Amino acid sequence: MFETFYPILFLVLFATFLAFMLVAFSIILGRRTSLGKKFQAYECGITPEGSTKDPVPIKFFQVAILFLLFDIEVIFLYPWAIVSRQLGWFGFIEMLVFIVILLVGYFYVLGRGALKWD
Amino acid sequence: MLEVDGGIVFWILSFVILVSGFMVVSLKNVFHCALALVLCLFTVAGLYILLDAEFLAAAQVLIYVGSVAILLIFEVMLTSKLADKRITQSNDQALVGFFICTLFAVAAYLLIKFNTIWYPLAKSALPSDNILTIGKYLMTEFMLPFEVVSILLVAALIGAIALARTEKS
Amino acid sequence: MIPYLALAAILFSIGLFGVMTRRNTIGILMSLELMFNAVNINFVTFNKYVVSDGLVGQIFAIFIVVIAAAEAVVGLAIVLLIYRNWKGIDTDHFTVMKW
Repeated sequence: MFETFYPILFLVLFATFLAFMLVAFSIILGRRTSLGKKFQAYECGITPEGSTKDPVPIKFFQVAILFLLFDIEVIFLYPWAIVSRQLGWFGFIEMLVFIVILLVGYFYVLGRGALKWD
Repeated sequence: MLEVDGGIVFWILSFVILVSGFMVVSLKNVFHCALALVLCLFTVAGLYILLDAEFLAAAQVLIYVGSVAILLIFEVMLTSKLADKRITQSNDQALVGFFICTLFAVAAYLLIKFNTIWYPLAKSALPSDNILTIGKYLMTEFMLPFEVVSILLVAALIGAIALARTEKS
Repeated sequence: MIPYLALAAILFSIGLFGVMTRRNTIGILMSLELMFNAVNINFVTFNKYVVSDGLVGQIFAIFIVVIAAAEAVVGLAIVLLIYRNWKGIDTDHFTVMKW
């Protein structure tokens, strides 16, 4: 059964191998310096501002909560999408109820202004 | 003992699961714990594939590795004092707790191995089309739990947003 | 079948150890996730080896995953609130309910 998953296993092994090789090559071939800029936080080439130890804003957490809940909704959409042809309108109405209940929560979040980013 | 479905793959997966699981409960830095948890959950998804539960494996990767772990890592970064390595992360009952848990694991293993009569099937008769069967079950037999889950999700969403709101005052 | 159940039992014990000994609340929540996963492994194993037909065990496991995620959302929001009120999330900080 799980023979069909060998490509994924191979991908995981290859990714691990690649990560180890990249780190190993940069250790073997690279030149070691321990000067000022080396200890700066790396922010894609932009000079970092502020401390990296500061807590991140709470907005990220709210967006993460929303993402998690709608992620779960998507998980339930997949099996429904497979059987929707067989079930017809019954399954469609069932899914509609599910989504409408979740939409209530979504409009609550919109009303609270949790998605505003000032 | 050594004969198990999945053979060497099972042993590799269970080794990774147990090592990373122990890292989750024992590392000093909570951020590293969260990363070890990601590894552990991902390997458990591999175990689900070994047990013919492909859709559950996908759900595990999407929900746990994709979102719950992100949420945990955000939480660690929000309460950033945790990254301080000098704080001891376990309380002073660690030795007693370790003893009790080892006892629990050994007792559970002995019960599973010797004190229970299992009736395993000669050959597993799982439906070949995993996600199709799950969809049928969810839409017919488990219709009520399926709809109640959406109410639970809305309750969790509203509760979490209401608790984590930013105070303007 | 026995090795799968044994693995689940050991993983559950590890999670139990974490819940009992961790001092900070996020660590306790992570250990709870480990315990949920151990239970799920049991469900899926029984579904493959003991149940005659159908995928009821896997459906149960999916619902457990979803409910564990909802629990994590609310739990982490509570942790955030604790952090805001007590300036720390170690379990020995908030003892207001103890007398």
